[in-house]
Amino acid sequence: MPNTQRTPGVVPGRLPAGAYDQNFADMVAPLDAHEAAVAADRCYFCHDAPCTVACPTSIDIPLFIRQIATGTPEAAARTILSQNILGGMCARVCPTETLCEEVCVREAAEGKPVEIGRLQRFATDTLMTRGVQPFARAAATGKRVAVVGAGPAGLSAAHRLAMLGHEVVLYDARAKAGGLNEYGIAAYKAVNDFAQAEVDWLLQIGGINAQMGQRLGQELDFDSLRDAFDAVFLGIGLAGVNALRAEGEDKSQVRDAVDFIAELRQASDLSSLPVGRHVVVIGGGMTAVDAAVQSKLLGAEDVTIVYRRDAQAMGASAYERDHATAHGVRIITGAAPVRVLGNGAVAEVEFAYTETGPEGLRLTDQTFRLPADQVFKAIGQTLKGAPEGLELAGRKIAVTGAGRTTLAGVWAGGDCAQGGDDLTVTAVAEGRDAAMDIHAALMG
Amino acid sequence: MADLTSEFVGIKSPNPFWLASAPPTDKEYNVRRAFDAGWGGVVWKTLGEAGPPVVNVNGPRYGAIWGANRRLLGLNNIELITDRPLEVNLREIKAVKRDYPDRALVVSLMVPCQEDAWKAILPLVEETGADGIELNFGCPHGMAERGMGSAVGQVPEYIEMVTRWCKQNTRMPVIVKLTPNITNVLYPAEAAKRGGADAVSLINTINSITSVDLDDFAPQPMIDGKGTHGGYCGPAVKPIALNMVAEIARHPETAGLPISGIGGITTWRDAAEFLALGAGNVQVCTAAMTYGFKIVQEMISGLSDYLDAKEMALPGLVGRAVPNVTDWQYLNLNYVTKAQIDQDACIKCGRCFAACEDTSHQAIAMGEGRVFTVKDDECVACNLCVDVCPVEGCITMRQLDKGATDPRTGTVVGDYANWTTHPNNPAAQAAE
Repeated sequence: MPNTQRTPGVVPGRLPAGAYDQNFADMVAPLDAHEAAVAADRCYFCHDAPCTVACPTSIDIPLFIRQIATGTPEAAARTILSQNILGGMCARVCPTETLCEEVCVREAAEGKPVEIGRLQRFATDTLMTRGVQPFARAAATGKRVAVVGAGPAGLSAAHRLAMLGHEVVLYDARAKAGGLNEYGIAAYKAVNDFAQAEVDWLLQIGGINAQMGQRLGQELDFDSLRDAFDAVFLGIGLAGVNALRAEGEDKSQVRDAVDFIAELRQASDLSSLPVGRHVVVIGGGMTAVDAAVQSKLLGAEDVTIVYRRDAQAMGASAYERDHATAHGVRIITGAAPVRVLGNGAVAEVEFAYTETGPEGLRLTDQTFRLPADQVFKAIGQTLKGAPEGLELAGRKIAVTGAGRTTLAGVWAGGDCAQGGDDLTVTAVAEGRDAAMDIHAALMG
Repeated sequence: MADLTSEFVGIKSPNPFWLASAPPTDKEYNVRRAFDAGWGGVVWKTLGEAGPPVVNVNGPRYGAIWGANRRLLGLNNIELITDRPLEVNLREIKAVKRDYPDRALVVSLMVPCQEDAWKAILPLVEETGADGIELNFGCPHGMAERGMGSAVGQVPEYIEMVTRWCKQNTRMPVIVKLTPNITNVLYPAEAAKRGGADAVSLINTINSITSVDLDDFAPQPMIDGKGTHGGYCGPAVKPIALNMVAEIARHPETAGLPISGIGGITTWRDAAEFLALGAGNVQVCTAAMTYGFKIVQEMISGLSDYLDAKEMALPGLVGRAVPNVTDWQYLNLNYVTKAQIDQDACIKCGRCFAACEDTSHQAIAMGEGRVFTVKDDECVACNLCVDVCPVEGCITMRQLDKGATDPRTGTVVGDYANWTTHPNNPAAQAAE
């Protein structure tokens, strides 16, 4: 008998065969040319536009929208990509509702911002579909730069460095480049293998030697890199995961959400991916939402996100939370896990309600239990495997200016480095700015 | 509900909204639909001489320009007068007039500049029972090259001559339709009046090329790789038409000559503006061609509500703004205003700032948190900020009271004074 949503345990194939393609289709449909023209017409071409100020990469949004409106989407794409080489992915994954679109004056005027994210995707998709790399390399400088980590920060830094005429070797521990674009975001945000297509397109600039499967501290030796290259950029992300610190956390089917998402992203057949009947996701960020919604789309009967503080404190925006609830995910706030129960595998999770007092958050005596065949921990990632000798600021690599670490000739950016939100777009900005600083330092 | 019944040069219609002589009035089918939709009258598309009718191109005959969301703002056409046989049109006119006796039905005419040609066609039109004729001295394309249309309308002597022929040969009211493709609309208007015209209607279309195809390098609309100038109409021409209407309405030689206002009328508001500037009724074309005949329902309800709100009868609106149209030299130089920005309404787009800072008088400050404020000591009251602001009513002009000091000039606001007496005017006359 085939599995259904009500099959107990953690099993694959809960849905009819055709349901997976439908469930994991583009979350936001691309604009066609007419829709883009209509959407672009709404832009007021603001002076010193708030959207541009809100964009971590400072894309000249009014200009690119005007370029779309006047029938030159490829010029629009160049405007975008000159500031943000991963403008295609950012158009898909940026929380625009808390960045450019939140401050759009039409949000103030009528509660409906210009659809900046979708317009950006229209422009970048138009250019990338043609397979054109709009940037050319400057004359060779003879300088060599190692970029460790091929996520958004590393890719951004590598592209900019190559463009400026440097030779770049781009290393990553995983089998594919892209970092969280490839392994860490929900599948329906980057359909049709967009992350790899974007990497391939980006590398067309030339001068970037991408070497995958190179782990820092194992295949790669940090000190040798410093000796062999004129500069090193670290964009190693956050490879560690916070522990739940709840009794019974070690039971089977209690997993890190990031691993589940990575596995899902790499699965060639989603119907072969096991998922629980009752899924509990612990955490309040975008990773929690991505894990929860995708569990539901894989056929889990019920999925609950439990977050210890109130909804406003969640890392996931109201838009993301609505996205989750619209897919049938239940969100419980103000509760923290205290015990994972089960005989070998998880069967239930016990939570205690929380309250905020003068000493911060504390657990109350009131508890409840949720049935769970599968528990995903999405309570934050941590820096892991940072090279010795680098000073840390809190739990991240300390940097000053455009990503300068405390070691000479070493820069860092993206989630692993101090400062900024842990967003793709922020990582792109930091990678780009570090590249410019490396260039300035190398060229004197 | 205000009474919109209109009487124009003795022609009665249930409302002042007529369809202009143009494609929508080329045949019985359309005109019946128009009357069923509520139009007060139509001017039947221009008839030519008996015999083989003119032919039209068989490619595109319209070109356009658009605003936001592809809203049609201007339309140009290279269509000629009716290309259907004269007798067919006459038969249809008669049938429609018989079935819609309360509607105005005026027939537009264009025949060569020979008295015999006019003498021949006028009785045929009279026989249909039509209410009047409109002389097409306006079309700027195609027919003009054959010595008709605007080729007549650009020569006041011809206008006078043909108008006189018509007045001598028909009992029907004669409306002379004027072309805007001239230097001063008063000359043709005066000529029409001298010829005995009962009214003028204006404007006809404006000579134009709407756009150029940047792949084929030819004007649009393009016929087999070539294009030609066409007649421009639609919302974009309204300001030009309003000015010409006002000039005729206020000029001593032409004041009182009935005017049928035409040119970009799209809403009841546009119509009311033409009426206020002296038009006795209005004619519409592009708006109907863009949206269909149903728009007249909005025009009727809008004008009616407006007249009710103003407690005004329709004749009271006609010409009401004419006394306030003057020459620049009589404008009050002591009327001093300053822009002010309603901070609650402001959406902080900064367009006022960009416009003022880049192209005007640097009179808007951009403060912390994108707060835009007017610098009264720099503001010349040009109104550009008002015009570029996306939020209607957000920026307004505030008048300085008499006796107040203008912080820009340091002068005290005084009584009415204009350029004719200004000390900087070399031709100024000393006050007596």
